[in-house]
Amino acid sequence: MRSVIDILDLSVEELDELLAVAQDIIDNPEKYQNACAHKKLATLFFEPSTRTRLSFEAAMYELGGNVLSVTGGNTSSVAKGESVADTAKTVSCYADIIAMRHPKEGAALVAANNASIPVINAGDGGHCHPTQTLADLLTIKREKGGFDGLTIGLCGDLKFGRTVHSLINAMSRYRDIRFILVSPEELKLPSYVKNETLKKYGLPYVQTNDLLEHLPEMDVLYMTRVQRERFFNEEDYLRLKDTYVLTPDKLKTAKSDLCIMHPLPRVNEISVAIDNDPRACYFKQVLNGKYMRMALILKLLKEAAV
Amino acid sequence: MNIDSIQNGIVIDHIKAGSAMVLYDLLHLDTLDVSVAIIKNVNSRKMGKKDIIKIDADIPVDLDVIGYVDPDATINVIKNGVLAEKKSLSLPQTLTNVLRCKNPRCITSCEQELPHVFRLTDEKTKQYRCIYCETKANG
Repeated sequence: MRSVIDILDLSVEELDELLAVAQDIIDNPEKYQNACAHKKLATLFFEPSTRTRLSFEAAMYELGGNVLSVTGGNTSSVAKGESVADTAKTVSCYADIIAMRHPKEGAALVAANNASIPVINAGDGGHCHPTQTLADLLTIKREKGGFDGLTIGLCGDLKFGRTVHSLINAMSRYRDIRFILVSPEELKLPSYVKNETLKKYGLPYVQTNDLLEHLPEMDVLYMTRVQRERFFNEEDYLRLKDTYVLTPDKLKTAKSDLCIMHPLPRVNEISVAIDNDPRACYFKQVLNGKYMRMALILKLLKEAAV
Repeated sequence: MNIDSIQNGIVIDHIKAGSAMVLYDLLHLDTLDVSVAIIKNVNSRKMGKKDIIKIDADIPVDLDVIGYVDPDATINVIKNGVLAEKKSLSLPQTLTNVLRCKNPRCITSCEQELPHVFRLTDEKTKQYRCIYCETKANG
C-alpha cells in the first residue's frame, strides 16, 4: 500500500503531477467537489496541531469525503498503552486513508508498515513533514513561476526544523538552486543533511549567522520558529528563541519580489507589521497546503483503488 | 599455540584483529552449549594480525552480522574434518536487531516490541541509519 512518509517518497514527476492537480483544483474547484464521496479520512493527531489537522480535514471535506478524527493521545487507546502498529491496524478497518501526526520520529513509518490503507505523515516529531513541503513547493511555484535558478534563504532553527530538511531535500532535485543557511551556531543545519544532500548533489550553499548580509541575494526567505518542544533544556530555548526577528526595516535591502515564507505558527520571528507587505506569503502557504493535501489524498486513494 | 581442529563446525577466519569479541557478542555465541574458541592477534601474512573464531558445531550464523562487523572475514564450513564450503560476505543492506537506536525521540525508544532496523546509507563510510528516525548507528 502506497504511503507518503518522507517527501523523497515522491519522485520529481509525481511532485510535478501533484502541483498540476493542485493548480487545477484552484482553477476548477467544482470538478473535485465529489471526487472523494463516500471515502473517509482518519486524522490521528497525537501531538498538538491546528493548521495541519484542519487543513487535512478541510481538504477531505472539499473533496466531498468525510473525516474521522482523533486528537491528543490522552483521549484515545494510545493513553491505555496501545501501540502505533495496533492503532494503524484498527483504524484501517474504519477509514480509507490516514493522516497521522505523532511526537515520536518514525511513528508514521510504523503506521504505514501496519496499516492496510495509505498513510500520510502529518509530522513525526522533528523528523519529516512532507505535506508542509508540498505546501512550500506550491507556494514557491505560484509566486516565482518555477524552481530553477532560485536562491533560497533558510533562517532560524535549521537543526530541528523538519520543514527545512524536507524542503532542502525536495529542492535539491531541481536545477541551479543555491541555499543561504542562516542560523545561530547551536542550530546549524545537521551535517548529514549537508553531506547527504547539499554536497552529494553539488548544490552551492553559504552558511552564516548574518541574515542582513545575504538578504539582498535571496529570491525566497524561509523563516522558522525556534521550537520549544524540541529542546530538553529550557535555558537553551530561551537564549536562542529571539535570535532572528524579521521587521519592515530589515526588509529594505531585500528584492522587491522576495517571497517570505514561514511554516507557521510563528511566535515573533516575523513582525506582524510585515503581514501586509506584498512579499509576505506565509498565509498563502496555508491555503496552498490545503490544495496540495487535496491533490495528495486524491492520488493515494486513486492508487489504492487499483 | 595450538587449538584442536574441528570435525563439524564453522571457522570465521581473517577477522580484523580486535573484532572477535564484538562478533562473539553480536552473534550471541555466549548462549551456545558447544565449544567456541576465540583466537586473538594471530600472525597473518596477509593482514599482519587477525582474529579467528572456531565454533564446534554446524549452526546457522547470521552472515549479515559478520558482514557488518567485518565484510572481509571469511566463513569456512567444516564437515567431517574437511572444508566443505566457503561463504563470502558483503556489507548487508539492512540490519535487524543487531544495533539499537539511541535517539530518545525515536519511536523505538517507547515501543519496545518494534524491531530496531538500520539501513546502509553510505557504503564507502559504512554508514547505517535507523529506518525510523534516520539517526546514525553508534552516532
